Amino acid sequence: MSIKIEHISKSFKDVSALKDISFEVKEGELFGLIGPDGAGKTTLFRILTTLLIADEGMATVAGYDAIKNYKDIRNHVGYMPGRFSLYQDLTVEENLEFFATIFGTTVEENYDLIKDIYIQIEPFKKRRSGKLSGGMKQKLALSCALIHKPKVLFLDEPTTGVDPVSRKEFWEMLKRLQQKGITILVSTPYMDETALCDRIALIQDGKILEVDTPQEIINHYPKKIYNIKADKMYELILALNAYEHNHSIYPFGEYVHYTDKRGDFNPTELIQFLEGKGLKNISIQPTETTIEDTFMELAR
Amino acid sequence: MKRFIGFIKKEFYHIFRDKRSLFILFGMPIAQIMLFGFAITNEINNVDIAILDKSKDVTTQEIINKISSSKYFSNKQLIENEAEIASVFKKGKVKAVLIFENDFSKKLIKENKATIQIITDATDPNTANTISNFTNSILHNYQQEINKDIKIAYQIIPQTQMAYNAELKSVFMFVPGVMTIILMLVSAMMTSISITKEKELGTMEILLVSPLKPFQVIIGKVVPYIFLSVINAIVIIVLSIFIFKMPVQGSLIMLGAESILFIINALSLGILISTFSETQQTAMLVSFMGLLLPVMLLSGFIFPISSLPNILQIISTIIPATWYIIILKGIMLKGVGLAILWKETLILLGMTVFFMALSIKKYKIRLE
Repeated sequence: MSIKIEHISKSFKDVSALKDISFEVKEGELFGLIGPDGAGKTTLFRILTTLLIADEGMATVAGYDAIKNYKDIRNHVGYMPGRFSLYQDLTVEENLEFFATIFGTTVEENYDLIKDIYIQIEPFKKRRSGKLSGGMKQKLALSCALIHKPKVLFLDEPTTGVDPVSRKEFWEMLKRLQQKGITILVSTPYMDETALCDRIALIQDGKILEVDTPQEIINHYPKKIYNIKADKMYELILALNAYEHNHSIYPFGEYVHYTDKRGDFNPTELIQFLEGKGLKNISIQPTETTIEDTFMELAR
Repeated sequence: MKRFIGFIKKEFYHIFRDKRSLFILFGMPIAQIMLFGFAITNEINNVDIAILDKSKDVTTQEIINKISSSKYFSNKQLIENEAEIASVFKKGKVKAVLIFENDFSKKLIKENKATIQIITDATDPNTANTISNFTNSILHNYQQEINKDIKIAYQIIPQTQMAYNAELKSVFMFVPGVMTIILMLVSAMMTSISITKEKELGTMEILLVSPLKPFQVIIGKVVPYIFLSVINAIVIIVLSIFIFKMPVQGSLIMLGAESILFIINALSLGILISTFSETQQTAMLVSFMGLLLPVMLLSGFIFPISSLPNILQIISTIIPATWYIIILKGIMLKGVGLAILWKETLILLGMTVFFMALSIKKYKIRLE
């Protein structure tokens, strides 16, 4: 086991941030921690990176105890905090060199590990890191977190504030890193990013809702989901809320994801109901379950 | 060691790329020393004095000529008896009165010594002190002149008396004070800001999750500022010696060593401040209120400690700057060495060790 979390709880004053959390991350796994803002993701990351001490429970990272052997953990993990935390007044090159030196290595020694990523920002190596775009900042931060060849890599919301194309690239980079034998724990509030993870944990309000592969989590979803569309979105949601058989209604892009309480849901009946409410151009189609639907269902 | 050098290199990048900190580091010391320096040199030019010459002989006439020809004193008024002294002071016409005793020349030849009394108006302690210093040095020069070709040395003994503020023990000497303030500012404020900046920008989080040990981070932060503070101290001393003709009587090496001790003391205070400040603003405010104001008001820089209320006198003894100013004045003005200043040095050293240990202990190895 690369990361082992057993019954971790943590409170700040009277706010309980983590409630009895347990899960494990296997060696070489790309593991996603998925949950909305304020779910406790950053607190958990800080406990694992030895920045905070849990009130209860224990955690080990790469075989080291998070409290007793915190110095060993600090030698062997790479950590990229949620906020861009490099020296903005240092250039790209200087930042990378600085982090290499404080970890007692050199840029050349582990260059092949970061080559894929660094090559994209190398043309800007003389630029101060504060003047980079969001995507480039993330690439630099990842390079700096990787430069000492860590055993475990912690990435706290690396794709927040990054454009969709760069986000996709970023996940592909993680996948390649994973092939080099690095265990990666990554957190994100974006449910659609989970597809490339080996396993994910859904977290909300400091509690783990489920831990499994993305596909299994979707398979666990008990209901059939329908995409409903009509000419007026807001009126549609109001009308569906008034429908007595509804189980769940979530706006999802241009559609509303709808589930019914009954096993034998009849779309025609709902269309008639909606038409009665004055809606036009109504369409109801069965659709694929997504992680987001599962999350919403679990979080109910 | 390589880690450590890498860290220091990074600190220098920060300092040299931030115009604001560069200005505080190098603009302010020069501006302050000039400001205080010129404000003071204006005061001691052409000071009006009165002379009571009881013997009216060749020697006294020569001394009077010497004093009149200096640019520091002018418009001498000759008075005839001691009763007039009080009245000329009260009219505020003169800042000092020189009194030659009876038979000045005769005594000088017969007994090899004669006395001049210097009475200064010490309501303005700074001017009073400066006047007596300058008069003394003029007398000293004259004495050397007349002793050149005579075997038995003649002694002219100046007796200085501070009128109206006789209790005056510590006087306002701007160079030690400004030097103290600037070293305090550069060392304490700048380090505390530079450490809290790392907290504020989140880089501290990454530094913590790295093999760097707390003392490595602290020393790495401190070394560049020791270096810069020493440069500042040198600039201040050079400026005051060459522009303001400040006398440095004692050993420059001792001055340097004591200054480094005080710099390290201020730096450890800076680190201590940064251990409980979360933002740069807090650090700046705490350094200003907690360090600079006491240094300005309670260390004897502006107000003589002896004229402070008792409670503030007690507080002034726990301010490191108080001891440093005593040491500085001792070395610069009196030319004394460790034999006399060992107590102050020991106190300063003790405080430094205490604050250093406290700040390393207080330095958080985690986020809370």
